[in-house]
Amino acid sequence: MYTQSFNVPDGHSASAETATTVPLASASQQLALEQAQLRFDAVIDADGKIEPKDWMPQAYRKTLVRQISQHAHSEIVGMLPEGNWISRAPSLKRKAILVAKVQDEGGHGLYLYSAAETLGTSRDQMLEGLHSGRAKYSSIFNYPTLTWADVGVVGWLVDGAAIMNQIPLCRCSYGPYARAMIRVCKEESFHQRQGFEALLAMVQGTQAQKEMVQDAVNRWWWKCLAMFGPPDGDSPNSAQGMRWGIKRISNDDLRQKFVDATVPQAAVLGVTLPDPALQWNEARGHHDYGAIDWDEFWATVNGNGPCNKERLATRVKAHNDGQWVRDAALAYAEKQSARNSAMTKVAA
Amino acid sequence: MKTETSLALSDYVLHLADNALVLGQRNAEWCGHGPILEEDLALANNALDLIGQARLLYQYAAMLQGEGASEDALAYLRDASQYRNYTLLELPHSTALAPTARCERDYAVTIVRNFLYSALMVLVWEQLQVSRDEQLAAIGAKSLKEARYHLRHARDWLLRFGDGTAESHARAQAALDFLLPYTQEFWTATEVESAALASEIALDLASARPQWDMLVHDAVLEATLVLSPMHGFVPTGKLAVHSEHLGFLLAEMQSLARQHPGAVW
Amino acid sequence: MTKSPANSAATLKEWPLWEVFVRSKQGIEHKHCGSLHAADARQALQMARDVYTRRQEGVSIWVLPSAAITASDPQDKDMMFEPAVDKIYRHPTFFVIPDEVGHM
Repeated sequence: MYTQSFNVPDGHSASAETATTVPLASASQQLALEQAQLRFDAVIDADGKIEPKDWMPQAYRKTLVRQISQHAHSEIVGMLPEGNWISRAPSLKRKAILVAKVQDEGGHGLYLYSAAETLGTSRDQMLEGLHSGRAKYSSIFNYPTLTWADVGVVGWLVDGAAIMNQIPLCRCSYGPYARAMIRVCKEESFHQRQGFEALLAMVQGTQAQKEMVQDAVNRWWWKCLAMFGPPDGDSPNSAQGMRWGIKRISNDDLRQKFVDATVPQAAVLGVTLPDPALQWNEARGHHDYGAIDWDEFWATVNGNGPCNKERLATRVKAHNDGQWVRDAALAYAEKQSARNSAMTKVAA
Repeated sequence: MKTETSLALSDYVLHLADNALVLGQRNAEWCGHGPILEEDLALANNALDLIGQARLLYQYAAMLQGEGASEDALAYLRDASQYRNYTLLELPHSTALAPTARCERDYAVTIVRNFLYSALMVLVWEQLQVSRDEQLAAIGAKSLKEARYHLRHARDWLLRFGDGTAESHARAQAALDFLLPYTQEFWTATEVESAALASEIALDLASARPQWDMLVHDAVLEATLVLSPMHGFVPTGKLAVHSEHLGFLLAEMQSLARQHPGAVW
Repeated sequence: MTKSPANSAATLKEWPLWEVFVRSKQGIEHKHCGSLHAADARQALQMARDVYTRRQEGVSIWVLPSAAITASDPQDKDMMFEPAVDKIYRHPTFFVIPDEVGHM
């Protein structure tokens, strides 16, 4: 499950965003820098991979740290809305599937934190960014899952949108991120399929189940469209992301792909997508769709959605409550290590 | 076709299934709230193993009962007065508190409970995998591998807590003091288990006790904890008389399914 | 609420980072699949099992502390790896063997 493809600037911390000013380098240092930049550009232009120990522009590194960590945070926070229904899943099969899916999301977060750590940041630093409210995560997870049908719709639409975002990222220029995304994508199609299948079972079921599905679609559809981010004209980091081979396809193009793919799926389910302006445009070869409420989107991104405070507070609580557990493991490891070296000394 | 033997067998299978489901339900509560991301995934695997075992066992019990019984009917439509799990497994992740009191989840309670239960189940599945009942034997063989991993996981954490920091040691000791008396229920004889034993389906649990005692004693010692004396109230969960906690657990678990009788998901 | 980086650094008590290598059922060698945090090696192994082998990807796991890895310097790429390029006689395809010889 994933986030929008645009890069939302993190809040409050000016130092994270401004480029560091370095003292003027010597002539030979300047030359080395220029050569490194040329090598970097050549790799990017050839669609090659930049690896952790390669030279890279500071801004490239910072952008990647921000984007990858936002992505990771999104996966972790994303465990909460669906996790909400594990205890109440209406069949044992669905319960098991949902636990596996939520677990996958945790796993995706983990792969992504690992990828980000290759760029010089640490898990603790990234978590500190999230828990302090500075770092952003995908706004879609700030909405509540009110019924069991929401779980299916989240799988179908939110994961569906995520897949659209993630497949191009498998070709991203930064090696560890691309490899993490390949792993994620392999697992992701299970996520969308399980959601769709759960909905299929419901729309073939009772009247109450059908109404539950339609109601969930009504509440989630527009939020999912907004997931792809604002039109690229309004997206500050898109152009640079494209140049660096981090961002491959524009927000609008991805959104259009998503709409076109989803309309026939909705027809199979027999649900109505809540957009009177949604219709096939023969001339364009795509579906036209209505206007997205970007004010609502930004309000949620900036902290005023229905669940922002709860999501963040829950992650902070889990982290703080878990401190004694993490401390215990470290203390035990240290004791074991001391015991082992004491034993080697005795043996020697 | 329901015979007396198959009914007795299905009661025994339900006892095993209810254990797995109730503990799986409890462990899954940590999903998204674990003390570290890696451990969140580990515990989710544990829950998935248990839910998987529950499913196999419920499916078998349903087959034995016939008459339209199903895994979900058994899991979602039986009340607390029909559930046969150990009381130990239905407790929330905290030391002694009534269900209507607000409690904080304590990972030490989770780990100690998992340790005490998986230490038992390794022995139970070892025996059941050679049961005369082929179905149970197959389920036993599969579940044994899972139980061994659960035991290793829980035991390792028990050591980290007992021999970790002062706080983790205190929490582990408190959890052990609180949970150990609940294990008295493992050894009380019941008609269901006697019947299963008589038909050579199941083991004589009492014969596993020395091994369990040793497993627990060794781990507790290595964890620098103290094995609290085991006395006090002997729970009766496997006799379908539970603590106040199971009612709440089942209410949450079953509410949606019961709201839509007959619906397929 | 924002914390200054300096304050946060003082309270960081992080589990070390481990790199994970998994050999798959059909595989011959262990492949690097990512990293994770664990307090010690035994835990790292268990966690690697839970994180990286849920879909039957593995029959064997190696974990090692990230700090233990020494990597070649990308700046040395040319001198390290270029010289192998022109020694094509190391590859069997370089040699033309008459068909009559049969499989070789």
